[in-house]
Amino acid sequence: MEDLSLHILDIVENATAAGATLVEIRIEERSAEDRLELRVRDNGRGMDEAMVERVRDPFVTTRTTRRVGMGIPLLEQSAREAGGSLEIRSTPGRGTEVRALFRAGHIDRRPLGDLAETMIALLLGHPETDFVFEHAVDGRATGFDTREIREHLQGAPLTDPAVLGLIRELLGRPPGADGEADGGEDDG
Amino acid sequence: MAKLRIEDLKRIQEEVKGTVNLRDGHYRVKVTVHMGTCGIAAGARPVMSTLLRLISEGGVQDVILTSSGCAGLCSHEPMMTVEVQEQAPVKYTRLDAQKAERIFAGHVMGGKPVAELAFAEGSETTG
Repeated sequence: MEDLSLHILDIVENATAAGATLVEIRIEERSAEDRLELRVRDNGRGMDEAMVERVRDPFVTTRTTRRVGMGIPLLEQSAREAGGSLEIRSTPGRGTEVRALFRAGHIDRRPLGDLAETMIALLLGHPETDFVFEHAVDGRATGFDTREIREHLQGAPLTDPAVLGLIRELLGRPPGADGEADGGEDDG
Repeated sequence: MAKLRIEDLKRIQEEVKGTVNLRDGHYRVKVTVHMGTCGIAAGARPVMSTLLRLISEGGVQDVILTSSGCAGLCSHEPMMTVEVQEQAPVKYTRLDAQKAERIFAGHVMGGKPVAELAFAEGSETTG
């Protein structure tokens, strides 16, 4: 994968394939600690310990586990190349959390890429799934929760191009910037 | 935290109210971009972005755009399947943004499969 946004798209596809109705995606950058953390948590069917070991190994994945194929090993490789690590916590019946750590300033750390395009592709591909997205850089955050958006849309589809356009604008600005000249509200 | 503005969502809700909901099956064409690990690594996301842009710019109301997982033809990715109602689904392989534009104009909007870009005809389960 060329950048982290493509890894996110891939990992979240795993979560939806695991039957998740809610997927939470959080990216936290802390420049003082030279740290970038990606967390993807889902409420899908989860995995037992043996399965968690299996999805980390690109060579023993069998055809029947195809839907979790190469995605995790590729993300782990990207994290390790950037001086980081990957951790998976999973509970059968409850869900899975994938956590990837990167040294933010490492020369081999892949760029974030286009987070808006990733979230739009996910919303189009999984219109029934709810997503929480949060991107924070040194405490300044941008995000959305599709459960809140749906409430305000009152039945209008989340995948309407106008809604996706708003999401693209929101994620296209630096985290924390709300697009208002006067700064607007900040609930931190 | 910066979020979407409620007034923007309310405005869209007003505009969209009363229009046909494509998810209820009232669509003319369904376009599925294959979004497995193989597809994503090969460039499926720009294909999807291109299709969304064309739908959005053209104000197209009767085309549904969605994604599916790996179809088992990883070396042919990026792929998409175009299903015009009452016609056989057509799979397109080794796509990029330009090919997606041609297929959108010729098949999705024009109704004629772009034979030289098609891999095979067939169906699959999506979602």
